[in-house]
Amino acid sequence: MLRSTGIPSLEELKTVYPSDERVAQGAVAVIECFQRIPCNPCAVACHRGAIQVFLDINDQPAIDVERCNGCALCVANCPGLAIFVVDETYGTDTALVKIPYEFLPLPEKGTTVIALNRAGEQIGEALVIASQNPASFDRTAVIHLQVPKTIARDVRNIRVEGASAHA
Amino acid sequence: MRIERHPILNFQKGPRVSFTFDGQEIVGYEGEPIAAALHAAGVKTLKHSAELHRPRGFFCAIGTCSSCLMIVNGVPNVRVCVEKLQAGMRVETQEGNGDIR
Amino acid sequence: MIRTQIAVIGGGPAGLRAADAAARAGAKVLLIDNSDHLGGQLIKQTHMFFGSQEQFAGTRGIDIAAKLVRDLHSRENVDVMLDATALGIYEDGVLTVEQNDKVYKVNSERIIVATGASERMLAFPNNDLPGVYGAGAVQTLMNVHGIKPGNSVLMIGAGNIGLIVSYQLLQAGVKVEAIVEASPTIGGYLVHASKIRRAGVPIYTRHTIKEALGVNAVEGAVICQLNNQWQPIEGTERTLGVDVICLAVGLSPLCDLLWQAGCEMKYIPELGGYVAIRDEESLQTSRQQIYIAGDVAGVEEASSAMVEGQIAGLSAAANLGLSTSELNNELKNARSQLSALRAGPVGEKIRAGLAAAERGATVNA
Repeated sequence: MLRSTGIPSLEELKTVYPSDERVAQGAVAVIECFQRIPCNPCAVACHRGAIQVFLDINDQPAIDVERCNGCALCVANCPGLAIFVVDETYGTDTALVKIPYEFLPLPEKGTTVIALNRAGEQIGEALVIASQNPASFDRTAVIHLQVPKTIARDVRNIRVEGASAHA
Repeated sequence: MRIERHPILNFQKGPRVSFTFDGQEIVGYEGEPIAAALHAAGVKTLKHSAELHRPRGFFCAIGTCSSCLMIVNGVPNVRVCVEKLQAGMRVETQEGNGDIR
Repeated sequence: MIRTQIAVIGGGPAGLRAADAAARAGAKVLLIDNSDHLGGQLIKQTHMFFGSQEQFAGTRGIDIAAKLVRDLHSRENVDVMLDATALGIYEDGVLTVEQNDKVYKVNSERIIVATGASERMLAFPNNDLPGVYGAGAVQTLMNVHGIKPGNSVLMIGAGNIGLIVSYQLLQAGVKVEAIVEASPTIGGYLVHASKIRRAGVPIYTRHTIKEALGVNAVEGAVICQLNNQWQPIEGTERTLGVDVICLAVGLSPLCDLLWQAGCEMKYIPELGGYVAIRDEESLQTSRQQIYIAGDVAGVEEASSAMVEGQIAGLSAAANLGLSTSELNNELKNARSQLSALRAGPVGEKIRAGLAAAERGATVNA
C-alpha cells in the first residue's frame, strides 16, 4: 500500500500507533515511520530518553510511550517530517494535534485553518492554538491544532488562507 | 515569477540593473545568471536549434547541456544559465550555431 | 607547473571532505571545481538530511555545505581553484586544468576524482521544448536564484530527487500537478512520499509521460499507464495542463576523466552506469595515482558521499606516508559508518553494485 501510494494503510498505522489506553492518558508522539532507512535524529532530539538510542541506524524508532509527554521536540527534528503528537485528553470533544509545517504563510494563533488527512483531503477545520517557530527548530515550525476528537487520528496537514501551492 | 518569500531561504540579490533582450529593455539583478533574469521576465525561448529551428530554453541550468546558448554583447554561444548578468548587457536570441568568426 | 600532493577534482560533499581529510593528514591539497562556488549539489538542498550525527543528520543541506566550506577554509595547506575545469590526466600523471581561458599543468602525487553525476534524459516527443527541465535545474532556479520555474509542474520520477524537488516546489509556491513513476512502487523514501501526498499531490505509479504539448514552450503533458511489461496501455492517456515538466529519472556518474585517464571501467547498473573499478577499502582505482569518491563512484546519497570523501582523502594521504594512529582510527570509523549507512534494505542495491565494482571481483551484480 504505502510503497505504491505513499499513504500508510490502517494495518501499517496500527504497527506504530500507541495503544488506545496510552492515548487516553494524554499527549503522546506518533512516529509514522514505516521504513528501515539510515536515520536517527529523533532519538537524539528527545530530552526525556523516550526514543531509544539506535543500535542499528537503519532500525525504525522505538518509543517508550510511558516516558513520552508529547513535547514535540522530535516533531521538529525528524528529517522526514514523519512525527506527530496527539492529545485526545485535550477537551471533551476536542483533541490537540501537533504537526510539523514548513510552508508560508505560517498560520496565526487563534485562526481557523482547513484540516487535511494523509491524502491531502479536507476532513474538517482546525483552530490554531499555537504556531511555534523558534530558532532552535531551524525553520521546521510546529503547529498546535485543536480539532474534533473524531479526526485526531487523521489530521496530518493543514491549508492556510493565502497559501498558493496546494492542490 | 520571482519568489517573494520562502519558508527556508533568504535570497540575497545584487543591485537592480537593466539590460536588453532582442532590443527590449528588461530589469534583473546584477550577478544572477542571465537566464534567471530572462526567466523571471517571462522569456523562455533562448535560441532556436540549427536544423529544425525548434525553440530551446535552458535544461540543466548548470552549464553542461548547451541548450541555453545565446549571443551576449556580440559574443555567440554564451551559456546564459551560468553567465552573470551585468548592467547594460546586450542579449540576443541565437539562431542555430553561433557565428564564431 | 603547479605542484601539489593531493589534487581533488570536484568541490561537492565528497570533494570537500576529501580535501579536508587530506589536509588534516598534512598533505598539500589543491581543490578544483568548475563552478564559481564550493558545495556542489548541497547548496540547493533545503531539506534536513538523514543519516547520523557524523553525517550531520537533521541539518539542512545548505547549512552542511556552509560548514564544510568553513572547515576547508580553516586549513592552511589547501589551495582552491574555482571556475576551473579539469581537462585530462595523462600517462605521466600530469593533470591539466583550464581556468579563465588559461591552461595550467598540475603535478600532483595523488588525484581524487569527485566529479559527481549528471541527470539522465528521457525520450518523448517535444522533450526539447522550453519548460522541460532537469530536476537539478528546477532546484537551482528555485533555491539558488529565487525564481519560480513555472506555475504548474508534472514531475517525472518518484525517487528521492523527484519527491524532494516536488516538496521544494510546493515550498516555493508552485503547484505540482502530479508525480508519475514508471515502476509499480515509489523508489524514494516513503516519508518523502507521505509529505507530498498529505499536501494533495497525487503519485501515479505505473505511469509515464507519453508526450509534451506546446508550440513555443510546454503547455501541457500527456501521461499514460504502463502494463506489466512497461508498455503503454492504449486508451489510458490523460492530458495535464502544466507549464513545466521536470525530469527526475536518475543520475549517471560523470566519469569522463576516469575513462580518459585509462582507469579500468565497468558498467554496473546498480551504481548508475559506468564506474571505475576500485579497491573497496581505500577507493583507489586501477591507476595507482587516482582515487574516487561520491556519486562518481556510484550514485548514492550525500551522506555516503561525505564519508567516501573522508575515506579517499585519508587513504590517499596514508598512501603518501601521511598517517598517524589517530587518523587510522578515523579511517576505520569512517568505513564502519559507511557500512552502517548501507546495511539496511535501502542499501541492498548499492551493496550489490559495490560487490561488482571491487577490484578483482569476479561477480557481476
